Amino acid sequence: MEERPYHSVRLAKQLCKGCTNCLKHCPTEAIRVRGGRAHILDSLCIDCGECIRVCDYHAKVAVTDPLSMIKNFRYSIALPAPSLYGQFRGLQKPEYVVEALRCIGFSDVFEVARGADVVTRAIREKLKQPGLPKPLISSACPAVVRLIQVRFPELIENIVDIRQPMEVAATIARAEFCKANDCRPEEVGCFFITPCPAKMTVIRRPIGQKKSEVDGAISIMEIYGLLLPYVEKMMKDPNFRPSTKYGVAWSTSDGEANAVCPGNSLSVDGIDNVIRVLEEVENNKLMDLTYFEGNACMGGCVGGPLTFENNYVAKNTIRQMVKQMPEVHPDQDVPTSVLNKYPTRNDEEIEAKDAIRLDDNMQEAMRKMVRMNEIIERLPGYDCGSCGSPTCRSFAEDIVRGYCHEMDCIHIMKEKLKVMAQEMVELAQTKRE
Amino acid sequence: MEPLFKTVYQVARADYTSAGHASADIKRKLKQLGVGGDVLRRVAVASYEVELNLVIHSLGGELELNVFPDAVQLVSADVGPGIPDLAMAMKEGYSTANDEARSLGFGAGMGLPNMKRNADEFNIESTVGVGTTITMRFHLA
Repeated sequence: MEERPYHSVRLAKQLCKGCTNCLKHCPTEAIRVRGGRAHILDSLCIDCGECIRVCDYHAKVAVTDPLSMIKNFRYSIALPAPSLYGQFRGLQKPEYVVEALRCIGFSDVFEVARGADVVTRAIREKLKQPGLPKPLISSACPAVVRLIQVRFPELIENIVDIRQPMEVAATIARAEFCKANDCRPEEVGCFFITPCPAKMTVIRRPIGQKKSEVDGAISIMEIYGLLLPYVEKMMKDPNFRPSTKYGVAWSTSDGEANAVCPGNSLSVDGIDNVIRVLEEVENNKLMDLTYFEGNACMGGCVGGPLTFENNYVAKNTIRQMVKQMPEVHPDQDVPTSVLNKYPTRNDEEIEAKDAIRLDDNMQEAMRKMVRMNEIIERLPGYDCGSCGSPTCRSFAEDIVRGYCHEMDCIHIMKEKLKVMAQEMVELAQTKRE
Repeated sequence: MEPLFKTVYQVARADYTSAGHASADIKRKLKQLGVGGDVLRRVAVASYEVELNLVIHSLGGELELNVFPDAVQLVSADVGPGIPDLAMAMKEGYSTANDEARSLGFGAGMGLPNMKRNADEFNIESTVGVGTTITMRFHLA
């Protein structure tokens, strides 16, 4: 049975004015305004969070788990995304943030940057295999993976079948914690400290994995204020095992590509830019490229919609901090035994979520397309969004899909009224015979 | 036989700013029709090449997309200048692209060979002073 779709990105109905801001900015045209408020189309939404950024009324929200959720488990482990470090201006060491997380109530902390180190090694091993699709596409940004599922299904085979750093971190963190504290896995909750809603969504509805290893996602925005006073105290645990600088740099655009395949990779940030480049990949224009890193957010994960700090400042904070870290590559830092011990590969196929085709039957789809083109001819082409669809083209598509009517276009309606008014005048002027 | 769906794109000479728009639209339309897999990729590659050829080499022309129950057809027809030596033009690495095109990264001489390789049926006819017509068919499985 098909699972009910889940999205972290939602609409706060009472706040929505029914304006066209989100409508015009959604990169997958997944929003419609109907009945005076926005609706998100489940089949097209990729949880990138662009609508959250542009909504002036704060009517687009990301649902994440509350910090209180950690009390549902006997032990809780925080898995901080490395982008969390970028939130604290002038931060010198990740350790200070790690210790601050302990101070606000977590039993233990395992850096997702360490997960990224393991994933880096796993992908580098993978790249040694012959006959890989070119370019291999990073699986790290779930919004990009979902974009590929709904809009570029032909490129699914290019997605590297290695799990996300957050998943690998959760697996290792739980196993190590249970061993050290002699407890059962189900007593330990692993919580990702997330910069974005897309991560929350893949925890609930994993892609390429049967079940997520992560139990919840807490937004950076929610705990930033709580952490700040502790981070400023600059405390650290002498037994802390840090990640490499490469793992930390995964939080910024090009960090992953630089760790995985510095020789022949391309990193692109910003969802519209990613779409543009994936079009080229689909046209076989980038066949000479080995690895492609795409981040939905500008600047990489530091630009996530649930972060606090300006993404450029955060990127700089990370860069300055990384400069001070020792030059050790995950190749040296992650022992092969770790790769053999913990699962890093996907255990499920990534499936296409084709939401683009007009009809399952091609003949019927063609009839709809012919009709669509006829309708487009009659539309003004203003792409004003007043009808509730993002463009005239998508409006025509919505009509043939049966979601709305041509008279929902105010310009066509106006024309029609003009004709009717004229007819009324003529009618009124006719003399009684 | 009449196509079930037909659409025509005008492609202007040396219009590099809109180059690629027609092939991008063709790709989107085919996805909406449910054409996928290998055929979609091949049409995408060939339509881009043929569109760019119109921009770079022709004096302008049109690109036609026809969809039949069993095939996708692309027809590119330009108004000149025509190709004097077709055999030479079909050779990999041979290009007559001008400096402007080359400065934009075109002119590798792979356009026509790429089209031929990706299409299931490929036909090119050209008359100097009149124009070139390229017809490609892609079989739907």
